[in-house]
Amino acid sequence: MKEAHTETLWFCLVAIMIAGYAVLDGFDLGAGIVHLFVARSDAERRSVLASVGPVWDGNEVWLVAGGGVLFFAFPPVYASGFQGFYLPLIIVLWLLILRGIAIEFRNKVSSLVWSPFWDVVFAGASAMLAIFFGAAIGNVVRGVPLDRSGFFFLPLWANLRLMPAAGILDWFTIIVALGSLAALTVHGALWVAMKTAGAVAARARKAADAAWWAVLVITVLLVIIVPLVQPHLGHRFADAPWGFVFPLAAAAGMFGMKLLNGAGRATGAFLASCLYIVGMLTSAAFGLYPYLLPSSTDTAAGLTVYNSAAATYGLTVGLYWFIPGMALVMIYFVFVYRRMV
Amino acid sequence: MDALTVHRLHFAFTAVFHYLFPQLTMGLALLLVILKTQALRTGKECYNHAARFWGRIFGINFVMGVVTGIPMEFQFGTNWALFSRASGGVIGQTLAMEGVFSFFLESSFLGAFLFGEKRLGPRLHWLSAFLVFLGAWLSGFFIIATNAWMQHPVGYQLLPDGRFALTSFWALLLNQWAWWQYMHTMTASVVTASVVMAALGAFYLLTRQHLEYGRMFVAMGVTAGLIASCLMVFPTGDAQGRNIAYNQPVTLAAMEGLFTDERGAPLMLVGQPNMSEKKLDNPIYLPRVLSFLTFRRWKAEVKGLDAFPQDNWPDNIPLLYFAYHIMAGLGTIFVAVLALAAYMLWRGRLYDTPLMLWALMLLAPFPYIATTAGWMTAEVGRQPWLVFGLMRTAVGSSVEVSAGNAMFTLIGFAGMYSMLAVLFLFLLYLEVQRGPEAAADEHGAAGGSGSALAAD
Ligand code: HDD
Ligand code: HEM
Ligand code: HEM
Repeated sequence: MKEAHTETLWFCLVAIMIAGYAVLDGFDLGAGIVHLFVARSDAERRSVLASVGPVWDGNEVWLVAGGGVLFFAFPPVYASGFQGFYLPLIIVLWLLILRGIAIEFRNKVSSLVWSPFWDVVFAGASAMLAIFFGAAIGNVVRGVPLDRSGFFFLPLWANLRLMPAAGILDWFTIIVALGSLAALTVHGALWVAMKTAGAVAARARKAADAAWWAVLVITVLLVIIVPLVQPHLGHRFADAPWGFVFPLAAAAGMFGMKLLNGAGRATGAFLASCLYIVGMLTSAAFGLYPYLLPSSTDTAAGLTVYNSAAATYGLTVGLYWFIPGMALVMIYFVFVYRRMV
Repeated sequence: MDALTVHRLHFAFTAVFHYLFPQLTMGLALLLVILKTQALRTGKECYNHAARFWGRIFGINFVMGVVTGIPMEFQFGTNWALFSRASGGVIGQTLAMEGVFSFFLESSFLGAFLFGEKRLGPRLHWLSAFLVFLGAWLSGFFIIATNAWMQHPVGYQLLPDGRFALTSFWALLLNQWAWWQYMHTMTASVVTASVVMAALGAFYLLTRQHLEYGRMFVAMGVTAGLIASCLMVFPTGDAQGRNIAYNQPVTLAAMEGLFTDERGAPLMLVGQPNMSEKKLDNPIYLPRVLSFLTFRRWKAEVKGLDAFPQDNWPDNIPLLYFAYHIMAGLGTIFVAVLALAAYMLWRGRLYDTPLMLWALMLLAPFPYIATTAGWMTAEVGRQPWLVFGLMRTAVGSSVEVSAGNAMFTLIGFAGMYSMLAVLFLFLLYLEVQRGPEAAADEHGAAGGSGSALAAD
């Protein structure tokens, strides 16, 4: 196999963009999931919304920019994946629309029918998005029925059995989806616990504590079944054992958030939850490498950093603007998180 | 309907709808910087009130722009997979740059602009307005550069596997098509924002409320609008036309309804393309003007449609022809109306001439019509090519997505966007009702109200 340093670097950068999205938008999705339970009165709900209001759009830009980076660095993966996951992706777009509108327009009118309606939309869309994103990761890990043309198309569901050409939803992807829902619930609850006070913060801490058990169960389950569903992952870790740092980080994060939350240290617990999410996603990325989208029917048809990267010149120039560009983004984020929330 | 048609409608519908919002925010961002500069320079509070009021309108438009923009980014993949696969190596570059350099910037500082007035103090608040403006205008540039590459591909190489590879980053960014297109679109968005501002001012004056602000909005809108609409016609519109004449001559012939080759070609003002007899019905024209406008010589030869093979003709010539004529016609009307209003403003008679105020108020929807028509001209004129001269639209769509699936999501978007439009108009109405003075009482009280963008 030829050397592919730039391509591999872009693989890492795509993974970083996705992990950045998951950690950042993850907490405002999670805040949405727990919104109805932890905040009961109008004032309480406003306080939850205030904690994500100034940042949710910037967080979502990680998804948009991540999509752009995938488009630019690995066009066939962008093309094949987005076409193949057509229906769920469009549903995700609708949910993103509803959620953005709910956050922004909820406080525009004060009425007993207006705000409760948008609260439910915010919560429902957030939970659905967590499920869809989890299912998407499940599909990528499991592989999709790519053929040699590099394309595929999946219906939403077939019969929930794991088969080479199943649907988007089968028992495996459903487990991953529930894992994502649980993880983001804890993540968002810890964010709310950190950013609010009083009854809301107390309820949020409790919610995080309860949902943590689901995270534990599903994580253990995944550790057992993922290598069976996607054998490539097992081989990767066997070939390059240093990769175990990623799952270990996830494990540290998982227990860290429980202990720190129990100790009443919301900020520490939230950071541990970030570590857990990053650890899980980087484990998956490390395990899949060099695949970006493995094929479930024909191993050789999978899309890898070798057969789907854009030409080297473009990738190299890209580094010259991407790195300074993201450094600037860090500056804005520090400013916004310091001054605005 | 076949799948290709549905994909085309899908993209056209969502793009047209998306563009209704950014055109206002981009233009308004500039006007907000001007308002904040005036506030700093003169120290008058009324400019700050005006900036807060327009900031709220900006916020509502911005949200709509964001939620309708995200689907656009993903539709390249969902509906145009073969195109994305082929051209991602080139235009993925500008799309990713748009995310990294402009969306992050704009979304980060908009919150600071809408809420941070107290916390940041006047200078930093001015700066946050400026950064929002910068983000919006950069975003316009990168997306236009993307579109310009499809209109006039440069700096690429075709690889054996049918994908395009970038060969020159600077050729892509300095594409001369992109720069003229950029200036034309950005001036258009200044026209939109100025006309909307003037129209709202006229509405306040006609309904005898918020008089001080009504006058400010009319004066500012008319002045900025007149400058921008003159720039629309010359040099930017003219340059766009000449870009087309040199690089897409078949599009020019179709836009102008020119079926046969002519020396000293006329400029058609009115007429309906008759596709079966290949001529223009009921023509009213200025002889030789088209030759002069495009090649600067009265007798220059302009190629007609018959000079090109029919399978290279844009596939909807009447639509293209009307879209172009509506845009250019409205452009002329804007210059005329705004020049008259500016003259009256200068003579001090504008505020008490109800007829002129009515005209300004009713002008509000027309820039939206002109820009939509302009995009129709650009995009329908590019047909049958997806990337001009290189890739046909027919081979770019997502072949695995059936017509039924695409129709399902098209209908879904139509429903979703109708609901958004209703909400948008309702919230806009509430802001207009509250008026600019309401902003005064609430100044700074916004901090804990929930959301950065929803300023209340
Ligand atoms: C307020 C809106 C507005 C007004 C008054 C005009 N335009 Fe325009 N025009 C646009 C708004 C616009 C636009 C929406 O911004 C477009 C769409 C794509 C683009 O580059 O700009 C456009 C495109 C566009 C194109 C097609 C470019 C292409 O194919 O890429 C041409 C040839 C012109 N314009 C020429 C003119 C002329 C000669 C005008 C003067 C009478 C004029 N426009 C007024
Ligand atoms: C600037 C960024 C834009 C890009 C990169 C872009 C790209 C595209 C693509 C890929 C298609 C589908 C292929 C085709 O039919 O040729 C398309 C079609 C279309 N777009 Fe755009 N578009 C942009 C902006 C816009 C805007 C702002 C509007 C309208 C306000 C618009 C109006 C249309 C229309 C009407 C079509 C359908 C043309 C047809 O199929 O006949 N576009 N565009
Ligand atoms: C088909 C092509 C287009 C795509 C893929 C696209 C993509 C997007 C995306 C993803 C967003 C949301 C950014 C966020 O989350 O903050 C957005 C908003 C925006 N877009 Fe587009 N867009 C397209 C056409 C255009 C055009 C033609 C313009 C102007 C020339 C434009 C200008 C903007 C601006 C200024 C915003 C910020 C939101 C606002 O001010 O309303 N877009 N667009």
